[in-house]
Amino acid sequence: MSNIINISRREFIKTGALIGGGLLLGFSVPFSAGALVKKSAKIFAPNAFIRIGTDDIITIIVNKSEMGQGVYTSLPMLIAEELECDLSKVKIESAPVDPAYNHTEWGPVQGTGGSSSVRSTWVQFRKAGAAARMMLITAAANTWKVNSLECRAEKGFVVHDKTKKKLSFGSLAEKASRLKPPKDAPLKQPQDFRVIGKHTKRLDTPEKVNGTAIFGIDKKVPGMLAAVIARSPVFGGKIKSFNDEKTRKIPGVKDVVQIPSGIAVVAKDFWSAHKGVEALDIKWDEGENAKLSTETMRSDYAALAKTPGAVARKEGDAQQEFMKASKQITAEYEVPYLAHATMETLNCLINFRDDKCDIWTGTQFQTADRDAAVAILGLKPENVHLHTTFLGGGFGRRANPSSDFVSETAHVAKAIKKPVKVIWTREDDIQGGYYRPMWYDRCSAGLDEKGNLTSWLHTIVGQSIIAGTPFEKMLIMHGIDETSVEGAKDIPYNIPNIYVDLHTPQIKVPVLWWRSVGHSHTAFVVESFIDEVAHASNKDPYEFRRMLLNSHPRHKAVLELAAEKAGWSRPIEKGRGRGIALHKSFGSFIAQTAEVSVEKSGEVRVHKVVCTIDCGRVVNPATIEAQMESGIVFGLSAALFGAITLKNGRVEQSNFHDYPMLRMKDMPKVEVHIVKSDEPPQGVGEPGVPPIAPAVCNAIFALTEKRIRRLPIDINELKGI
Amino acid sequence: MISLEINGKKYKLEVSPDTPLLWAIRDHIGLIGTKFGCGIAQCGACTVLIDGKAERSCQTLVQNVKGKKIMTIEGISENHPVKKAWIIEDVPQCGYCQSGQILQAVSLLNEKPNPSDGDIDEFMSGCICRCGTYQRIRSAIHLASKLMKQGRKK
Repeated sequence: MSNIINISRREFIKTGALIGGGLLLGFSVPFSAGALVKKSAKIFAPNAFIRIGTDDIITIIVNKSEMGQGVYTSLPMLIAEELECDLSKVKIESAPVDPAYNHTEWGPVQGTGGSSSVRSTWVQFRKAGAAARMMLITAAANTWKVNSLECRAEKGFVVHDKTKKKLSFGSLAEKASRLKPPKDAPLKQPQDFRVIGKHTKRLDTPEKVNGTAIFGIDKKVPGMLAAVIARSPVFGGKIKSFNDEKTRKIPGVKDVVQIPSGIAVVAKDFWSAHKGVEALDIKWDEGENAKLSTETMRSDYAALAKTPGAVARKEGDAQQEFMKASKQITAEYEVPYLAHATMETLNCLINFRDDKCDIWTGTQFQTADRDAAVAILGLKPENVHLHTTFLGGGFGRRANPSSDFVSETAHVAKAIKKPVKVIWTREDDIQGGYYRPMWYDRCSAGLDEKGNLTSWLHTIVGQSIIAGTPFEKMLIMHGIDETSVEGAKDIPYNIPNIYVDLHTPQIKVPVLWWRSVGHSHTAFVVESFIDEVAHASNKDPYEFRRMLLNSHPRHKAVLELAAEKAGWSRPIEKGRGRGIALHKSFGSFIAQTAEVSVEKSGEVRVHKVVCTIDCGRVVNPATIEAQMESGIVFGLSAALFGAITLKNGRVEQSNFHDYPMLRMKDMPKVEVHIVKSDEPPQGVGEPGVPPIAPAVCNAIFALTEKRIRRLPIDINELKGI
Repeated sequence: MISLEINGKKYKLEVSPDTPLLWAIRDHIGLIGTKFGCGIAQCGACTVLIDGKAERSCQTLVQNVKGKKIMTIEGISENHPVKKAWIIEDVPQCGYCQSGQILQAVSLLNEKPNPSDGDIDEFMSGCICRCGTYQRIRSAIHLASKLMKQGRKK
């Protein structure tokens, strides 16, 4: 942790120092972000994150992408806390691509993910606010010729209590901009927080309610054309030949161009382009991936799971202890590929002119996308301006190290030399790959004669997300992709002998992080299997877990609170089952209980979910509640319905009719309880997802004694129970 | 040439008659609050009101809405109880589906000013929210219903 804070501090000081030299003169390269600040004495821009105009308009520049998780509210809250401004009046702007906006934990890249936005800006943003406040106070003290220690800032003003003098930040902007930023800006003590920790409404709600919020798909520039792309029906397939005669006859179609990922039809509008794609006649060289099938992969994975893999964790001698156990339990679990299915399909607009270009897209990974365009268009990085719009959902899909949706737009833009927006259809999205990997897990546990859990073995089989990306060096060690085993190798339960190993088959289905990444499968497996073990030892599944958590007080606290709030000790309504699950991810501890019933058809109804979370210090409780609800819905969609399957190399699903989502009628009542904590703030965007599938499956078992070991839940397995 | 009436304004468009209303609204009229989500009337992101009733504009061809009154999110007044309720309940997350959700809710309240949870389930289940704001949408619909009643009493 201290490491993380040091990095952010260093980044901050570097930024501050760069700006310090050029407050009034405009900022020279490498601080190109400053170039976007109009060169004017009317703007006080103490650092890369704050601009205060003489018109009293305060703009906060946010370097994290707003995809629903609330960063355009929670991050400005961090600045407002220290700056002492009125949060409801600030303007929010998305950051351009610039080293000043790099992630404080990820090395030299700018991006949003890993539920890291609040954690990674927690010190940086508050320091930015505090430095600006100090400069404004100094400017006021100099004006009044009083000691700055007698002045304070409040709601956008500097106040001198003794003389009752008051000046707005805007009226001090010019003077403040002539001052040097302080070397260090001391931060408030938590007991003095007035913004952090308060239930705060989203700043972007009004524009998202009246339809004016601009997503990538909404952005327009003069002369812009629309493009839709025909891609190979098999991953990695290449074009053998194509006939575009019919396409070119469609009114509105302007051009047909071949790009590396397929054939782009360019037209005056989306609909003409879409019709143009339908009319294309393409012969594909499908290659070896035409043989891919989920059924074959399942049996291959199952066979692999019985063989030893790369060792991710070894405590004691689990194999030997398992052999000696008085009771042995073994179970196999599996989960499918999953598409992110963001509501806004992928899109990208590029306006490419001879020596420069502008890109508008909802991305989570600005640096990679900018660099992809730089490489394809042969431009200098400083001439490629990427504008991050609102994202109609991200869930990891818009943080693609291979920048697929930006790269192919760059290819089209290069070919036609006109501003062009590529829009994916829903079919393109569902069948376009970059899925959550399919996983197969084999677990074994041994109990001694007293029913104590003495050994735990877990073999994981699935593709690596990280292999081949720039994150390889950071996240793959000794053949173990950390994201494949996260949540499995670090189980909190006190078991003397633990063995976790991993097989990483090489399969050409593109995979990617999907909201909660490895935890999306490991929580299902670990928390289902611990439940199986509890039942095998004739213990209450809640008490069984609790007894194994003595060295993990934060896990234990959320688990106990969930049990209490769900009324675990009280009998449940007839016809319903209750299950519990516990999982730590992205620094946060979460327990969830689910109350379910099963219809005669086998259909599962989830009635109520109680969710408890300890995510360290709370910045915005409203965000945390919303993200827990959101994660639960996301996890339920996957548990109840989600599966991407392949046959003859083709994805068998195509749209929401066969890749369904949770809908209003399926929505349980969700209750969120936040545990108070003084620990540093941790993630909330993803951690709500992992525990819900096992909580529901454990509830199904409690009700029906039928153990669900494969997702999505097959209603045929539950029919007539 | 196709004539359309949207939010009380008349438009003449050069589009082929088989163009979905969604793309006429977005690409030709330039009202971008109506969203594309699936193209097959499965998600509700493209919902608009046609003569007061919620319809999926992605599956409605421009040739079939001649003479009908179309309303998009931009045509709903800022003081509309549904918009107000949405703000009070802080419903949106990514926000992409919300125009459709709001118009679907307006249509529901037109038909059933005092909807039960069952009515909400039935009427709102055509609109997917991938961020999972359903619980808040439900509260906002109940609140909007109350606000409408208060409005009528005044």
